Amino acid sequence: MTTAVSKPEIGRETVTDQEKWLRAHRQMVSIRLFEEQVNEVYTRALMPGLAHLYSGEEAVAVGICEALRVDDYITSTHRGHGHCLAKGASPDRMFAELLGKEAGYCRGKGGSMHIADPATGNLGANAIVGGSVGIATGAAFSAKALGTDRVAVCFFGEGALGQGSLYEVMNLAQLWKLPVIYVCENNQYNEYTHYAETTAGSILGRATAFGLEAASVDGQDVRAVNEIATRLVKRARAGAGPAFLQCDTYRYSGHHVGDINRDYYRSKQEEHLWKTDRDPIKVLSKWLLEQGYADTASLDQIHSGVRAIMESAVKFAIAAPYPSVDEVEKHVYA
Amino acid sequence: MPERELTFAQAVREALAEEMRRDSHVCIFGEDVAEAGTPFKVLSGLVEEFGAGRVVDTPISEAGFTGVAVGAAMTGMRPVVDIMFGDFITLTMDQMVNQAAKVHYMSGGHWRVPMVMRTTLGATRRSAAQHSQSLHAWFSHVPGLKVVLPSTPYDAKGLLKTAIRDENPVVFFEDKMMYKLKGPVPEEDYTIPLGVADVKRAGDDITLVATSSMVQVALGAAILLEKEGISAEVVDPRTMWPLDEKTLIDSAKKTSRVIVLDEGYGRYGVTAELAAVIAEGAFYDLDSPVKRMGAMHVPIPFSPPLEDATVPTEQTVSEAARQLCNKT
Repeated sequence: MTTAVSKPEIGRETVTDQEKWLRAHRQMVSIRLFEEQVNEVYTRALMPGLAHLYSGEEAVAVGICEALRVDDYITSTHRGHGHCLAKGASPDRMFAELLGKEAGYCRGKGGSMHIADPATGNLGANAIVGGSVGIATGAAFSAKALGTDRVAVCFFGEGALGQGSLYEVMNLAQLWKLPVIYVCENNQYNEYTHYAETTAGSILGRATAFGLEAASVDGQDVRAVNEIATRLVKRARAGAGPAFLQCDTYRYSGHHVGDINRDYYRSKQEEHLWKTDRDPIKVLSKWLLEQGYADTASLDQIHSGVRAIMESAVKFAIAAPYPSVDEVEKHVYA
Repeated sequence: MPERELTFAQAVREALAEEMRRDSHVCIFGEDVAEAGTPFKVLSGLVEEFGAGRVVDTPISEAGFTGVAVGAAMTGMRPVVDIMFGDFITLTMDQMVNQAAKVHYMSGGHWRVPMVMRTTLGATRRSAAQHSQSLHAWFSHVPGLKVVLPSTPYDAKGLLKTAIRDENPVVFFEDKMMYKLKGPVPEEDYTIPLGVADVKRAGDDITLVATSSMVQVALGAAILLEKEGISAEVVDPRTMWPLDEKTLIDSAKKTSRVIVLDEGYGRYGVTAELAAVIAEGAFYDLDSPVKRMGAMHVPIPFSPPLEDATVPTEQTVSEAARQLCNKT
């Protein structure tokens, strides 16, 4: 089961603008509805552990991943469902992983915060903030050393700007001209604290100080994200070195599903404003309608089609068996 | 023809060179590993043969380049990371413990991390508290990592080659005081499996289980004891994990007395684990409690007489053995 039509072949010229953006729309809707189901499953106490929802940030994952090849690498974060889906993962195996089932991407051993999928170049989500910056940079090292022309994208939240390892690897990546793109998803909040309280100076200045190509973009506008990502991916693939992209976005939910009372760190008014005026799906839908690429009925149809897929994925995961306890010591060593 | 002898450092270098010739994916990351060949000169000559693309000088960023090695290992390379002093592994802990050690398991077996971290241990080099520790217990505590402690040039070459070919993250601790130790090392390609202990000297009255730098100390103590009619067996586990429990237990059953020696801190150190394994496995064959000897529980001091007091010596080990054998 996949959420979207299979990705057009590289260099295929027949993809129309309409096809491209309808696909992006569908991908964003998939993430939104996946997370709605996560919220539902979690609050029904069917999902163990923690759930960090990506809702509101869809344009970042989709805008970036639509600029990548299937064999390009990504590393993801604890808030990683969107990255996985955008890179091509199947919702049924993702839900199975979220519920700790054997059919999950990691046989239930990773869970929501550690989904990895070699088939789509997903090196794994990481629950240490900034924990995957080395892995992404190392994947870029391999790409260069092996001459594969692959690109690695390292997704992280603005909270990771506080981690020193990010600056170590940006230095290395620029010294060695590695094909890696550091994507800073600035969703405004480091857990329960506004980033302005934790982040001195300039965000982009951190990257330009190392000589990285650096840019910022409206992370609610998937077309803008995709346009700049396409440029940065192209130059990385051509050997021009690493880049840093700041995507300004917003986390609709709390830090995790249980973070309900958020008044002490942000207002309901602020949340309302982002959800109504700057929602990435609304922004793209409006444009699709204006271009005549879709009408309300066709967008509704996409929505209901995706919803059916997500509901069926949840059913699959709930019915799927847990791994045998015999497996607990398997995969400690390869 | 006499057997060829190499120093410990030359044996390490030969293992690396052979593996780099054998597999073009093997590469080295570290500080001053290329032209400088490291401060210990262990890697001299490698960059000349393999080039700067495979013997890669890094900035002083242990966390950064260790993390890069993890990612490179996941995606087709077989990196060997050089951490100059074992004390600096503190800077790499998240990359090794939360990333390298867990990637295979967390991904349900999908991704692998075939990398080696080479680093050092050992005191008495007058390098003070931040360049003298033996911290291998920390990594030995973590599932997903393998930990190797060679004690001879022969073992260093054979074990390092196995470590490089292993599909898992392996941490390889070298005693920096041992780099000039000479011993027989065959020129041909050979490997030593991880998880196989080696009886360095056979004996009947007491077992000295010794790791890394302490193997030479135990062998010296055994010579002292022999003069007094005590026959000491010296067993080197060679790897902390996987651990050859059987050889340790069999030796303990044979001699009925055991001292476990390791240069790491005694408290909560590997001697505690080794002693527990022996106590559990050979309890009814023991004539006395298993004794542990490790570094004193102090930051390693600079002043030579103070530093020398912190680690077991041939004298302190043989004295402890005499007491256990009731021959004081």
